[in-house]
Amino acid sequence: MSNAQLIDRRKFIRSTALAAGGLIIAFNVPAGIRTRGVVKEPVLFAPNAFLRIGSDNSVKIILSHCEMGQGIWTSLSMLIAEELDADWKSLQVEHAPADIAYYHTVYATQRTGGSSSLNSEFDRYRKAGATARYLLVQAAANRWKVAPDDCQTANGYVVSGDKKISYGELVTDAMALPAPADIPLKDPKDWKIIGGKIKRLDTQEKIKGTAVFGMDIHFPDLLTVMVARVPVNGATVTGYDEAAALAVPGVRQVVKIPTGVAVLADDFWSAKKGRQALKVQWDLGAAANISSDSLFTEMKARADKGGIVATEEGNVAELFKQSVTKVEVEYFQPFLAQSPMEPLNCTVKLSADKCEIWTGTQTQTDDQHAASEITGLPISQVFIHTCFLGGSFGRRNITRSDFVREAVEVAKASGKLVKTVWTREDDIQGGRYRPAFLHRFKVGLDANGMPVSWDQISVGQSVMTGGPFEKIAVVNGVDTFSIEGMQAVPFIKALKNKKIAVNTPDWPIMIDNWRAVGMSHTIFAMESLIDEMAYAAKKDPVAYRRLLYKDDARLLKVLDLAAEKSSWGTPLPKDHGRGIAAFKACGSYVALVAEVSVPKNGMVKVHKVTCVVDCGTAIQPDGVVAQMEGSVGYGLSAALYSEITFKNGQVQQKNFYNYPILRMNEMPEVNTYIVPGNEPPGGIGEASVGQMMPALTNAMFAVTGKRIRNLPIYKMKMGNA
Amino acid sequence: MAGVIAVCNLAMMNNKIVKQREAESKAAFAEAYKVFMHPRCMNCHPAGDVPLQGDDSHLHTQGVKRGVDGKGLYAMKCSSCHQAANLDGDHLPPGHPNWHLPTAARPMVFEGKSPRELAMSFKDAKFTGFKSMDQIIEHVEHDKLVQHSFTYGTRPPLSHDEFVAKVKEWIGKGAAIPDK
Amino acid sequence: MQLTVNGKSYDVNVPSDMPILWVIRDKLGLMGTKFGCGAAQCGACTVHLDGQGIRSCVAPVSRAEGKEIVTIEGLNDTLSKPLMAAWTEIDVPQCGYCQTGQIMAAAVLLRDNNNPTDQDIDNAMSGNICRCATYQRIRKAIHLAAELKKSSS
Repeated sequence: MSNAQLIDRRKFIRSTALAAGGLIIAFNVPAGIRTRGVVKEPVLFAPNAFLRIGSDNSVKIILSHCEMGQGIWTSLSMLIAEELDADWKSLQVEHAPADIAYYHTVYATQRTGGSSSLNSEFDRYRKAGATARYLLVQAAANRWKVAPDDCQTANGYVVSGDKKISYGELVTDAMALPAPADIPLKDPKDWKIIGGKIKRLDTQEKIKGTAVFGMDIHFPDLLTVMVARVPVNGATVTGYDEAAALAVPGVRQVVKIPTGVAVLADDFWSAKKGRQALKVQWDLGAAANISSDSLFTEMKARADKGGIVATEEGNVAELFKQSVTKVEVEYFQPFLAQSPMEPLNCTVKLSADKCEIWTGTQTQTDDQHAASEITGLPISQVFIHTCFLGGSFGRRNITRSDFVREAVEVAKASGKLVKTVWTREDDIQGGRYRPAFLHRFKVGLDANGMPVSWDQISVGQSVMTGGPFEKIAVVNGVDTFSIEGMQAVPFIKALKNKKIAVNTPDWPIMIDNWRAVGMSHTIFAMESLIDEMAYAAKKDPVAYRRLLYKDDARLLKVLDLAAEKSSWGTPLPKDHGRGIAAFKACGSYVALVAEVSVPKNGMVKVHKVTCVVDCGTAIQPDGVVAQMEGSVGYGLSAALYSEITFKNGQVQQKNFYNYPILRMNEMPEVNTYIVPGNEPPGGIGEASVGQMMPALTNAMFAVTGKRIRNLPIYKMKMGNA
Repeated sequence: MAGVIAVCNLAMMNNKIVKQREAESKAAFAEAYKVFMHPRCMNCHPAGDVPLQGDDSHLHTQGVKRGVDGKGLYAMKCSSCHQAANLDGDHLPPGHPNWHLPTAARPMVFEGKSPRELAMSFKDAKFTGFKSMDQIIEHVEHDKLVQHSFTYGTRPPLSHDEFVAKVKEWIGKGAAIPDK
Repeated sequence: MQLTVNGKSYDVNVPSDMPILWVIRDKLGLMGTKFGCGAAQCGACTVHLDGQGIRSCVAPVSRAEGKEIVTIEGLNDTLSKPLMAAWTEIDVPQCGYCQTGQIMAAAVLLRDNNNPTDQDIDNAMSGNICRCATYQRIRKAIHLAAELKKSSS
């Protein structure tokens, strides 16, 4: 289908809703799990791509973004429901199919990421609800021969005087009316839903176990697939012996694909045993020599060498020489795996004229292109059924569509209906990691402890190179994500003598998005450094930040509130201490205070985290709180334990026993405070992960007097059971 | 006079034999001690409420606790994860039908004990719950869980047979308490 | 072999070493119990076997012969009702993938302990990983469920 035809479909949607019972866009109903009892299909009113109102009073919201735990299943729906004045209890929600109608308003492809969903849909979704309400009111007004202004709406009804009619009854009339060119939105002071105490819409199915994740997709003739993947990046298969694998009961087929050798079987267990029995020979290639020690040595050498300058002003060397106090430090942070609880999986049904994909993915358009490339089918014949994502944290936000590509290749090579399933070992060993980063600083402070000279070199791989965002993200050879958020800090902007450079190694280690992307490591470096500067200037860490952030009113506000709510400065028991970090991320301002204890010769215990967030308009406040709590846990896991290390090109970590995740007995008490605001919504999913790490290590410093400049804090001894 | 000298010589010889026997008993215990304190044994004889895990005897992950009956707590009982037999695969929980710790009332702590302290514990009926030292031999020789501990992972420094022999020798030669 | 799951009898033809998890998911189509690690590390696979919470990803199906398996789909009302009500009241889940395992583990705690303390919750629940870190809410929900269970009995 040509682009012109695709665009016309958007107008097409409304008019064909006239056909009774017509579902215009294929809804992604995962087959084989739920059977729908089809009684009498209601007439569906589809004023836009995001909303279906049925003659049976059903209200279906179609999400252009996917639910991975961040809560947009609820918060995006709230935007529509607010303007529509629907009955909240009658709402149903679905992920949209892959279609141009659902393209991201900023990224011009269908994707979820960057903590941008609410901000990018704030207007579009509200307008979608408002448009529908307008048409329903008009339909009622026509019927009653009154002015639309004499009608009110509430809970799925239009009311005028003593007349009352449900949306469902108005559907057929509304469909015939022309949509308004533009539509005013409610004044925030009239909001009943947005900003309110609203229960999540996906809780029931998740606690009952009926929510369908990609892992749960099943068809009668589906084959489960495990892929023996390259053990080292850049390795190739030189030969394989499938005899033993095929002899395993339940194994049906073995096929070679670009990423390795696939074993197809009746079920997970047979596939796993089949893959174990498979003999594969690899040419390990150049990457076989990579080890964490050699990488670290190289990073330091690269920092010594210098890099491409991103920003330079004034005379850094001279001002550094003149400065009263000198702070020279470097921070190292390791490769990290995202490790969502649901390991990767992808179901593909491929025929001569159609490719259907079921999975949890954030990159629908990229996935369509990938499948089209592999199969030769036009994009219009590639259908993506997006399931609930059992977590992502970046692993399902892959512009190169790695795991989708692989599954399509298996379907193509085998001719079967297949579902690739990754084990936890596959996930941790065959990941696309948050790159390791070394940030080195030489900062000169004046007599007041304020920075007058700033010399920075950051060393690490570029996440954006080679992907669709390279052109905007990589500027003059510098991937801005490698120093994400650093240049925009007001006091950095104001510095007259500064140099920020980036050295980008080109290693064959696969890297990609990890929750907060660049800020997953830049904020640790910045807020650790600022803490060291504070102590060097002999100032309290909060007081020092007040001076440093004086031009940043919103950041000051969260800083001050966090200090207040955490009782900063008040006495603590022996071996207890507090640490603070404050930073703007994803359009939101977050300050965290960690309260810890570090017994002599013992591990740190994190008692409390005070979290203050200014995200402008908080659409679903409890969801904001949930994200802050979750980010505390996610950030603590990383700072305390997480690292991916390499030996002879292979990842040493395998499962949660040597890639530990924070558990119930380690979770601190988290108290979250939302600063009220009217600005357009800032991002939430990634806004506080980066801040948690330095808040922790700054708190530990307060107790022990020892700076932690290398994460993770507790390293696992590899090779121990 | 010759009779007195003969009795003295005999006494001295007996004393030498006794001292030799005692030394051999202590030496046997010293060998057996290496097995008792090896992770495959000591990990389930921890000083605290948490079993030990791995060759470095770190605290068992996942918040596992002994529980009153030594079989764990709630959905974290030993047999919730540890099956009736070892499993095929990397770092899967080793298994045995009787996987458990000593009870909270009789924890039988090995961890942190010197040879002297451990030997004294073994001779204390309150520690072992055994009425006689023969029962210790019976336990180390025939208990299935003990036998199982010699069959997987990083092995103890003696084989099961060698270990049993050392325990028998220690007890048979007087169950001497080591000096330290 | 014959299996009893949620009160129903099934005849399954599977290798005796197939973990219970894969029998209930791949052969019986009960998808509520989840795969998270396959190594007894995360608890997403927690089911009840004759009332004991076990890790079905490593328990061979042979272990279930003659015993009763209960999954999230068949959790009895006495435990399910207060847990579901509490989990709903607090809006515990985020991505939700680990939650059925959390609830099955919490059910054992709730059944055996009418007044769980925070330490009891640590002891019962630290085997269950939540990557979204909903732990604080799980804790609150368990306390609430215990209250609800008491008031309904």
